[in-house]
Amino acid sequence: MATTTVGLQRTWRRPGKPVLVAAVLLAWVLIWVPARGVHTLGLSPADLTPLHHWLNDVNDTVGANRDSSPFFLYFFNEIRAAVDSLVTFLQDLIAQPSYGRPVPVLGWLGVVAVVAYVSWVFAGWKPALLAAAGFVFFGLQGLWEESMDTLALTLGAVVISLLIGIPLGIWAGLSDRFHKLVTPVLDFMQTMPTFVYLAPLTLLFLIGPASATIATLIYAMPPAIRLTAHGIRSVPRSAVEASESLGATGRQKLTGVLLPLSKGTIVLGVNQTIMAALSMVTIAALIDAPGLGKTVIKALQTLDVGTAFNAGLAIVVMAVVLDRVTTAAGNRVRQTGRAARFRRPLLAVFGVVAAVCAYLSHTYYWAAEFPDDVTIGGTLAKSADSVALWAQQDLSTATEAIKNAITYALLNPLEALLVESPWWLVGAVAVLLAALLGTVRSVITTAACVALLIGTGLWQDSMTTLAMTIVATAMVMLLGVAVGVWMGRNRFADRIIRPVLDAGQTMPAFVYLVPFLALFSATRFTAIVAAVVFAAPVAIKIVADGVRAIPAATAESATAAGSSAWQMITKVQLPMARPSLTLAANQGLIYVLSMVVVGGLVGAGALGYDVVAGFSQGQLYGKGLAAGAAIVLLGIMLDRIARASSPSKGSN
Amino acid sequence: MSTETVISVRDLWKVFGHKADRVPRSDELKALTRRELIERTGCTAAVREVSFDVAPGEVFVVMGLSGSGKSTLVRCLTRLVEPTAGQVVFEGEDILGAGKRRLRDLRRHKFSMVFQNFGLLPYRQVIDNVAYGLEIRGASKAERLRRAREVIDLVGLEGYEHSYPDQLSGGMQQRVGLARALAVDPDVLYFDEPFSALDPLIRRDMQNEVIRLHREVGKTMVFITHDLNEALRLGDRILIMRDGRQVQCGTGDELVGAPADDYVRDFVRDVPRASVLTLRWVMRQPRPDDVLDGPELGPEVVIRDAVRTVLAADRPVKVVRDGTLLGVVTAEEILTVVTDVEAVA
Repeated sequence: MATTTVGLQRTWRRPGKPVLVAAVLLAWVLIWVPARGVHTLGLSPADLTPLHHWLNDVNDTVGANRDSSPFFLYFFNEIRAAVDSLVTFLQDLIAQPSYGRPVPVLGWLGVVAVVAYVSWVFAGWKPALLAAAGFVFFGLQGLWEESMDTLALTLGAVVISLLIGIPLGIWAGLSDRFHKLVTPVLDFMQTMPTFVYLAPLTLLFLIGPASATIATLIYAMPPAIRLTAHGIRSVPRSAVEASESLGATGRQKLTGVLLPLSKGTIVLGVNQTIMAALSMVTIAALIDAPGLGKTVIKALQTLDVGTAFNAGLAIVVMAVVLDRVTTAAGNRVRQTGRAARFRRPLLAVFGVVAAVCAYLSHTYYWAAEFPDDVTIGGTLAKSADSVALWAQQDLSTATEAIKNAITYALLNPLEALLVESPWWLVGAVAVLLAALLGTVRSVITTAACVALLIGTGLWQDSMTTLAMTIVATAMVMLLGVAVGVWMGRNRFADRIIRPVLDAGQTMPAFVYLVPFLALFSATRFTAIVAAVVFAAPVAIKIVADGVRAIPAATAESATAAGSSAWQMITKVQLPMARPSLTLAANQGLIYVLSMVVVGGLVGAGALGYDVVAGFSQGQLYGKGLAAGAAIVLLGIMLDRIARASSPSKGSN
Repeated sequence: MSTETVISVRDLWKVFGHKADRVPRSDELKALTRRELIERTGCTAAVREVSFDVAPGEVFVVMGLSGSGKSTLVRCLTRLVEPTAGQVVFEGEDILGAGKRRLRDLRRHKFSMVFQNFGLLPYRQVIDNVAYGLEIRGASKAERLRRAREVIDLVGLEGYEHSYPDQLSGGMQQRVGLARALAVDPDVLYFDEPFSALDPLIRRDMQNEVIRLHREVGKTMVFITHDLNEALRLGDRILIMRDGRQVQCGTGDELVGAPADDYVRDFVRDVPRASVLTLRWVMRQPRPDDVLDGPELGPEVVIRDAVRTVLAADRPVKVVRDGTLLGVVTAEEILTVVTDVEAVA
């Protein structure tokens, strides 16, 4: 089972290895039968290892010295204060009562008007209408303040991310040396599940909006750096040479050629940064970030599906609005790349309208506080509740059947195999697989990861998480190959499905939990299904692109030779799309892992639960930190093994 | 020497790779072929020991197949690519020794370049693309727009000032590139295969354009091409390169009439010889029985232009320079060339 994904890719290359892999797996099962249950390194939820105690002590020491150690006084505390004042300023502006007033500086009317105006200027009237409608909808949902908190945090993090990320990206675009240095760091940052950024940051910056913003900006910065560098690097050589041959200075080259010609790509980076920030801000509710995420998490913890649905919907709407507006702005930049001069008068007129609305919302209560009597949030929550109830009662036969089938056929056996095996057996299997599939380097990495995992004291929880991850990834790959090949072969299917996948990818991770919580209630299965749905779009798209990228001539010659559709798929398209399959498995794994961990919130237990518990209970802090490390180690190990079987480097 | 040459290149080397500078310094490494050099050192020698002079007002063509090092050579002349060894003397100054600021100054005022892929800025209108070089050297807006309009007229782009590059055809885009290079009023224009990306008909138009501009503005031009016919049409002199080395340098008729080796001979095989060779290449010494009172022609007359005269005369045509009889030409010599039998040494 453990090699479903890996086995698929290897079948066509290096014959003989599949047999060896199967032999290793068989040996595992054979040894497992007698050795079962010994050396499993179990640790009950309340137990701690010396490492966890030590981390707790570190936390206490840091807490005690936070206001005396120069390291904190002059560095971390300063950063926290600066970020905090930016976020507080933004919250005062649009979200929280401020400056001795019962309402924020800008009320709902002002925010809607300004947002619509800005969207219109940069993106056009359609995105502007969508933005206005979306923001009014937050008010109607009764979630205006929460939405604005989320927006304020997102904006704060995005501003800082871009201020740091774009210059770094320019540097990486200009300097080969820096580019080589920064790429592996970015690769690593992007493979880390969102979750694990949080714990170490709370150690340095306490919990609260400042920490949340810092975690968010760290998470959101890589795309800005990466895409800026990419944009600068893909400026046509001839344009740069022409400018040099005319005697341009470095600065003239940058401002006259490189930046203008990479503007489109940089805006794409801004888009991705914003989406990443929104996703992280909602998860950062775990470390007490205000906003919609908090509402969702509270509701999830009390299994209040209706409220979770309402707030989750607001997050989805915000994601759609932010994505549409920035994507449209990016397209406009890419298509024209030129300043439009003809709209000056309109620009002024609408500017005045927006300013008037802003003034009204600053001065009059009706324009500041969203009216209560038109709220539909309660109705939405109630309907969602009744749908959930209906689903749990009337669909339960179907959902139970699915749940049980997968739980008993896949999950339980695999979990038993992983969790009840002695640690040395699992370790040996992992190292052997790395050796069979990869190079010396992957063997070393895997061995180191296994050793460190044992060191975290959370071996058994790691194995439980690993079992869920493998099952979910297998399902993702099944979906990815089936739907991906269909889309790759059929343009019509591609046209219909792709926008859905794109929309799915822009959603912050944990809104996926809400509907499945309604269907499957709080179990690890909910987490698995949410993970599959979360990870499937990226895998499907990679497979579809891989199949699509096969040269038409190759497909034509196969058809000319009289291949059936099935022969075409199995003998031409899948083998030729092999690198894409590997990449899809790799990315799928990373996405699944991050979601399975978030699933700790809804009863998935294991590492995710350890992390969440660490945030809420002081004596479990060290254990949570160790769990975060274990997640990273699992991620690296899986990434290495999956990547090892691919000849090309799998990053996008 | 420096009064008669604009550019003087001596023993120029460009080697790519690790520790490239050891190659030109070692006689042993210098003697290796390209492939041997890669195997021995991992370095690629793009330009090897090239020397030539370009006179003021001359159109100097560098010709070679892809990979012959010609594009690297022209980039070495402006130091877009840093040469590994040798000398590039520009108007008496060795520009390899020029500092950053001086080099920038030279690029801004003394020479400019036209590129194969145009290198236009897509977000700027034609007029702003043309004015780009002037903008870089800090000319005022009024000044650079005035000059840009002038050059736009010169290259025949009137009416397209406010178009964007992607709205123009390839030929038109290259006119913009040409205008941009001319706008800074340089002493020398470098052309890096400027017309290779264009359709044959447009290529011909653009070649005529260059000939016309050369007549009108009289700039010195260094022109890179892989097209022999283009080289013969435009070049006062032609340098043929192969594997980074210069094989032969001379006028068109010298290359066709006296190829330095089999490579060049192979190259010029399909050239219509009658339109390149002059009488100098086909005349023979008068024999005692020749009647020497026929019509006279100069030695630089192209054969094609002499056909009528020679065939119409019933006696040998005399080839005369400054009153001295150099030789005679009869219908037989002319017909040998015109019917393209390889008889010329």
